[in-house]
Amino acid sequence: MEDYLRQYGLLFLFTGVAIGIPASMLLVSRMAQLARMRPHKPSPVKAQLYECGMETIGGRWNQFNIRYYFYALLFLVFDVEAVFLYPWAVHFKKLGLFALVEMFVFLAILVIGFVYAWRKRALEWR
Amino acid sequence: MAAALVISALGLLGLVAFITALVAGGLAALAAVGGLLAMFVFLAAVVLSLVWLERKYLGRLQMRMGPMRVGPFGLLQPVADAAKLVLKEDVTPAWVDRWLFWTAPLLLFLPSYLLWVAVPFGPGLVLRDLDLGLLYIVALSVVGIVGILMAGWGSANKYGMLGSLRSAAQLVSYEVPVIIVALTVAMMAGSLNLSQIVEAQRPVPYAVVQPLALFLFLLAGLAEVGRTPFDIYHAESEVMGGPYVEYSGAHWAVFYLAEYVNTFLVAVMVTLLFLGGWKGPGLPPVLWFLLKAYLVVGFIFWFRGTFPRLRIDQLMALGWKALVPLSFVNLVLTSIYLFYGWPWWGMSLISLAILAALGYGIHRQAAARKPAITLVPAVEVRSAR
Repeated sequence: MEDYLRQYGLLFLFTGVAIGIPASMLLVSRMAQLARMRPHKPSPVKAQLYECGMETIGGRWNQFNIRYYFYALLFLVFDVEAVFLYPWAVHFKKLGLFALVEMFVFLAILVIGFVYAWRKRALEWR
Repeated sequence: MAAALVISALGLLGLVAFITALVAGGLAALAAVGGLLAMFVFLAAVVLSLVWLERKYLGRLQMRMGPMRVGPFGLLQPVADAAKLVLKEDVTPAWVDRWLFWTAPLLLFLPSYLLWVAVPFGPGLVLRDLDLGLLYIVALSVVGIVGILMAGWGSANKYGMLGSLRSAAQLVSYEVPVIIVALTVAMMAGSLNLSQIVEAQRPVPYAVVQPLALFLFLLAGLAEVGRTPFDIYHAESEVMGGPYVEYSGAHWAVFYLAEYVNTFLVAVMVTLLFLGGWKGPGLPPVLWFLLKAYLVVGFIFWFRGTFPRLRIDQLMALGWKALVPLSFVNLVLTSIYLFYGWPWWGMSLISLAILAALGYGIHRQAAARKPAITLVPAVEVRSAR
């Protein structure tokens, strides 16, 4: 357990470094602006959002299609299933035939769901 | 009196031990952070080399010279680009959600950099040799989606929104084959530790045993990092750079740094999982490792110069209807192969046969393809109204 913590404890420190590096890059750019090495001339026209050669039409955010939700749902199913598969995959030779068959049954249930989603055209981009 | 002396002596000893441990721990942590910073310097050098390599290679593929002016053979072009980007004006549109807009590049960069903690470059040459290294990398590589979504949503732009949603759909879809194929490799090696996975490929690398898995992993990995032909979510001509449309200057640079680091990660993962990592005759292990990784990178750039971009519906269809089922077929086949201890060339032949059948199927379908949308002449539309 201690070894486990030692392996992962430093990752928190690393997270700080991993945020600090790009942040310092942005800071350098900021310093360049303060030192007048970098232009900074905001104007209302420049601050407009990009639109395809027009003034921005409508509100800030637009509606989006429900199909993204289907994909998120499908991904969730497969991802949770993968969590179960990982411990099995490393040890399955020791676990014997029972675990193998068991996992095939598990996969078969998943496949039924997948086929159902396919037949219901949830995989189509409509 | 004596007891108090002993207790205070013990206490003092304890204090000294505690401080020593703290200093030693601090030193270890400092050394680790130093290693991480060294990793950043290495990655920055890799990214600069990749930018140069990509521009030069792509130029050659298109019968151009590529960058020529800055430095010999244009070698200093990426450095000039980086300096230019940092010194460019950082425009913030008035409508953006500032908090999301500013933090998104950091959040995309964070996982792409933190992943390298667990990547071994040679025997023992790794910052933290995690026992669950493969799981760590697979799990962390998905976090970047949050950064892209934040960028698209935060920039309050229609193209940004569209691109970030597409990226979320694409990245989660292709994550499934990546996870399953990585799992297959873990089964073969019997471990999730990347060094042990490399060691397990001693007689034959997994690229020979599992050509199908290599194919699936490379394709899904390309889609994960949004390289051509799977770059519809940040395509310039379709969605104006997608989530990055409103970014400029240093923020844009951070995004592209993360993209190139991710691209190199795909090459490195292919090297580790399929090409036998640092194994090779003659040269030092690290050199072999880099050689193989750059070879894979060369293939990735070659794809960019060769293949047209997939439409978003084709992209999702390929992911869910080809790669996901095939990765599961491969998983089942591999488990049977391992369980009954077939010779490795048996698995290799089966894998190759499936790959050939897949190629033939795609060819047949592409040859017989009718246009998905029938074009209606304008006159008919007018009369129908």
